[in-house]
Amino acid sequence: MSTDPKFEFLCRMGDNALVLGHRVSEWCGVAPVLEEDIALANVALDLIGQTQLWLSLAGEVEGAERDADKLAFHRDVWDFRNVLLVEQPNGDFGQTMMRQFLFDAWHLAQLTALIDSSDKEIAAIAEKSAKEVTYHLERSSDTVIGLGDGTEESHRRMQAALDLLWPYVGEMFIGDEVDAAMVAAGIAPDPASLRAGYDQLVGDTLAAATLTKPEDDFAHKGGKSGARHSEHLGHMLTQMQWLQRAYPDATW
Amino acid sequence: MVKPAPHSRPAPAPVPGVVRDTARRGAALAEKPTLETVWAWLSAIPDPEIPAISLTDLGIIRDVAWQDETLVVTITPTYSGCPATSIINLDIEMALRDHGIEKLDLKRQLSPPWTTEWMTDTGRAKLEAYGIAPPRPAGGPQHCPHCKSQAVERISQFGSTPCKAQWRCQDCLEPFDYFKCI
Repeated sequence: MSTDPKFEFLCRMGDNALVLGHRVSEWCGVAPVLEEDIALANVALDLIGQTQLWLSLAGEVEGAERDADKLAFHRDVWDFRNVLLVEQPNGDFGQTMMRQFLFDAWHLAQLTALIDSSDKEIAAIAEKSAKEVTYHLERSSDTVIGLGDGTEESHRRMQAALDLLWPYVGEMFIGDEVDAAMVAAGIAPDPASLRAGYDQLVGDTLAAATLTKPEDDFAHKGGKSGARHSEHLGHMLTQMQWLQRAYPDATW
Repeated sequence: MVKPAPHSRPAPAPVPGVVRDTARRGAALAEKPTLETVWAWLSAIPDPEIPAISLTDLGIIRDVAWQDETLVVTITPTYSGCPATSIINLDIEMALRDHGIEKLDLKRQLSPPWTTEWMTDTGRAKLEAYGIAPPRPAGGPQHCPHCKSQAVERISQFGSTPCKAQWRCQDCLEPFDYFKCI
């Protein structure tokens, strides 16, 4: 795998969208109500569309004749660069929406900062994606508030989802040498610089949802560097990639 | 025993692309068509998912230009994952080839991103007549596209295509699509 930090960065953006998009698409046909089923499928569709843009550009930057499909379907777990949060299983509907909210709030901040990127292609993808993700965040924060401040049962489930997922939030704000290279080139923001705005937004939403943010800020990490994914990603890839693994390069 | 009535069903329509008017397709043009002519051709191509409006009504064709002998058409996607995008490119290519364009380049442009402000007034009127409430900066439909009542409520932020949301009229009780404003 290339060590070009720009390629790594683009894989991180693309893999976050791809893995979450696939996770959300697992709800298609089995969501609690028809409207939510359609909404989840639409969010998944946006994310897969964004994946296409990020990973296509990653492939061009790498220059090894790998297009978005090759990168999505012909890499194994250790080459994925998504944060651990997005590969966590769907759980119940509340857990899926909590994961979506915790990611959307970071995603929109990241994309908004990338609109000012020194790289014109990255800025264009960010500008396009930010419009879609604004809408995702509107829905996921509304749903977190609705369910958190809902019935006793829905409140209990949302608090359990928050407690389960909070340790995966920190990774999104921990920078490494790839991030440092992106900051130096004016391509992307320092991840830590997005934390204050995130905490404000998430804090306000959780308060409106009558949910309590866990006090411990311990953060699992290893997803975006590829050092140590959770066991869930490999299982997900067996589903997502089985056709290309069984019939390499098959096309419609 | 019921005897099936002969000729009770109309003959199947010819499959597009299989039986074609070969005389017109690909016929070499004596001279380059003007850009106005090309725009007029494009304005006759319906959106594949909402055929009531055309691609130019939707505002996704950003530019048409000649580069030497090549016609360059610049298109912007509505939503990054919209499955209609590839069909739209195919429809544009088929239509322009039918008009005799031989050298064609379809360019994708992401920035500035598509906005519903680029939808034409004609497009908005056609949407409403079709039963889809047109986009409004206020964030919701002006009224029910069926009975025009202003008592409307949102059912879901998403709908049958990425560009629409589901709403319902509280007077006539009909659900309807609202074209999201982005």
